[in-house]
Amino acid sequence: MSTVSPARRPLPRGRWFSEIGWRHLVGVLAVLYAGFPLVYVVSASLADVGTLTGSNDLFGTVSGANYAALGGTRFWTWMGNTLVVAVATGAGTVLMGAAAAYAFSRFRFSGRRVGLTALLIIQMFPQMLAFVAIFLLLISLGNVVPVLGLDSKLSLICVYLGGALGVNTFLMYGFFNTVPREIDEAAKIDGASHAQIYWTIVLRLTAPILAVVGLLSFISTFGEFIIARVLLQSEENWTLAVGLYGWVSSLQEANWGLFTAGAVVSAVPVLALFLFLQKYIVGGLTAGSVKG
Amino acid sequence: MSSPATRGSGRTGWSPGFLVKLVLIALVDALGVYAVLAAWSADSWGVLAAMVALLLVANWAYFTKRALPLKYILPGLAFLLVYQVYVVAYTGYVAFTNYGDGHNSTKEQAIEALLVQNERRVEGSPSSPLTVVSDGGALGFAVVSPDGEVRAGTAERPLEPVPDAVVDGGQVTALPGYDVLEYAAVLERQQEVTDLRVPVSDDPADGSIRTQDARTGYVFTSTLTYDPASDTMTDTTTGVTYEPNDDGQFEAADGTILPVGWRVLVGFDNFVTAFGDDRYAGPFVQILLWTFAFAVISVASTFLLGLFLAIAFNDVRLRGRRVYRTLVILPYAIPGFLAALLWSGLLNRSYGFVNEVLLGGAQIPWLTDPVLAKLAVLGVNLWLGFPYMFLICTGALQSLPTDVLEAAKIDGAGRWRTWRSITLPLLLVATAPLLISSFAFNFNNFTLIYMLTGGGPRFDDASVPLGHTDILISMVYSVSGLDGTAAKDYGLASALSIVIFVVVATISALAFRRTRSLEEIA
Repeated sequence: MSTVSPARRPLPRGRWFSEIGWRHLVGVLAVLYAGFPLVYVVSASLADVGTLTGSNDLFGTVSGANYAALGGTRFWTWMGNTLVVAVATGAGTVLMGAAAAYAFSRFRFSGRRVGLTALLIIQMFPQMLAFVAIFLLLISLGNVVPVLGLDSKLSLICVYLGGALGVNTFLMYGFFNTVPREIDEAAKIDGASHAQIYWTIVLRLTAPILAVVGLLSFISTFGEFIIARVLLQSEENWTLAVGLYGWVSSLQEANWGLFTAGAVVSAVPVLALFLFLQKYIVGGLTAGSVKG
Repeated sequence: MSSPATRGSGRTGWSPGFLVKLVLIALVDALGVYAVLAAWSADSWGVLAAMVALLLVANWAYFTKRALPLKYILPGLAFLLVYQVYVVAYTGYVAFTNYGDGHNSTKEQAIEALLVQNERRVEGSPSSPLTVVSDGGALGFAVVSPDGEVRAGTAERPLEPVPDAVVDGGQVTALPGYDVLEYAAVLERQQEVTDLRVPVSDDPADGSIRTQDARTGYVFTSTLTYDPASDTMTDTTTGVTYEPNDDGQFEAADGTILPVGWRVLVGFDNFVTAFGDDRYAGPFVQILLWTFAFAVISVASTFLLGLFLAIAFNDVRLRGRRVYRTLVILPYAIPGFLAALLWSGLLNRSYGFVNEVLLGGAQIPWLTDPVLAKLAVLGVNLWLGFPYMFLICTGALQSLPTDVLEAAKIDGAGRWRTWRSITLPLLLVATAPLLISSFAFNFNNFTLIYMLTGGGPRFDDASVPLGHTDILISMVYSVSGLDGTAAKDYGLASALSIVIFVVVATISALAFRRTRSLEEIA
């Protein structure tokens, strides 16, 4: 604790600690707590042994063997599946949610209030609770159109998109309401159609919330497990959550090196995206706490 | 008021926007018509009706000028109706049935399955020369009847005469529409061939053709017969008659039950099982209590730690607070399933980092002792959850009105008094809705439980696949049998889903009402 206080007048040592010094102490402890599992996973992924037993010596050995070994597994297939599903779901969620939020925010139509209330109630029933019914629904859809049945990435995306309105419409609706209607009206007088207003004006002005919703949807889809596990049955269709779970649960000892390397590779894009967009995410989270 | 109808996008005739719309709708219609035809041929009337309705509404919405809002809501609404509203309603329906292993299908399918399963070779039945053929990927048989007629079929298609077949020495050598399998190919798929049954006709009572050696076929018929008039099943070898009972099974007078049943409505039986059956009631109450404890403690512990850190870092004089903040929120950016799997390794009894390095080789059974496993689950969830709370508390602290705090200072309130009477209430108003949704999230935090402990350690009672750290949602998963470790019971699983929904919805509704009154005070 030799840090010099940044205050203009140096505080006496005792007061410095009671006002600022303890914050550093807390900060260091918190960073250790938050960070040690992450340091461990990086170290274990770089160890030249692939087992849990040999991974406890932090950075004792450094080799890329575990990363190279990922190439011999289906890891990259799973990574590709996860990215396809998460990107498609994120994009679809933004498009559908924004369109619905625009309608609720800009038009006054019969059933509007009922619609908003219904959405609020529906979102209380998380889709994951209905996984049995989803499973049964996809069996019958699969009898008709196989690509919408079980074990298909497209049908997994469709299921996730089923939740697109419930969770996000309110977040977007609140934000859309903050964009002044006068802008729409001015454009309308200038002869713009509602579609032009929507695509060229409203969506641009609401870009920050669209980014937040898209990102949150991407991240939650990336880590979704139960529905993916129930739906995706053949190994080449699995997502990372399903595949990595299989590695750890079946042979934890033997697969530990593979798992840690896979964990680092799959966490890095999410982590980078998160740190890059941190400002917007924090804004989005706090905006969600203000009820519309 | 509603936007003028004259401003529909089709207003200017063949504008580029209209063309785009036309192409998109044409595409949707084409796919829709394909699905309708497919549903027609698969006899899926429910799917067919839903598809037709969706197509009609879509075409109406995008070509009328009187449904402007619907144009924007429809895409999301269609998915919402199919994949959320319908499945929730269907969950409600399944909760009142005995859908599950042994009751998987309709009554007609169950009867057919029973007839098939009880097939025996008819004593002294004639044998006929047989050739293994394939139709695309599906295996089939071609048999030559005594008068020289060749008939062929597959498991899906009953035997039917095939004209123009080439027969050589009792064996079919060429068959229009089918490929004749070579001897080597038959050997390769021997198991499939001996398992294959080709129905003699559409009527299951006629039996089917089977073979042992891929050269000679025998007629097998069922030892059971179904009489549609009296709706009974009779065993022709013993003469016992089975009648349908209320549970969707055929039952004899002495109580014996045929193994395949069908699904029927069973009323509140599943709910009674959850609360009253000895095998489930005990674990259910324990799991319910633990679910509440887990959700409440998780919210409280993450909130308190997050709040404490937010306060600690909320001082402009603190050097490097941006660095602290960024490092502290790292766990939030790690996908939850990775974190849970990682911690399951860290907490491993013999080789885990926590026991081996931090505790100097202590073999503490973090994940296999009932009490420690619960602590471990809470601890890992604290690690996962506090950054989120830290973020929202930081946001809320920074948006506190400074004038109120100054007024308190002027009135002579101390640090503690200001904190307790002003800061905390204002903070709670801002964060309460998020705490409620965090509660709802943790109430259903399946991924963490399933990946960290798998619900274990198991309860001593081995008749149900449940354990000490199972929460309701992971109980639903185990009970449903979809993970393959237990018999499937969709009815009971759906009933439990409904119970969870009622609990979460009630608590959310109550809590939201309370926060509204908090807001009015503030």
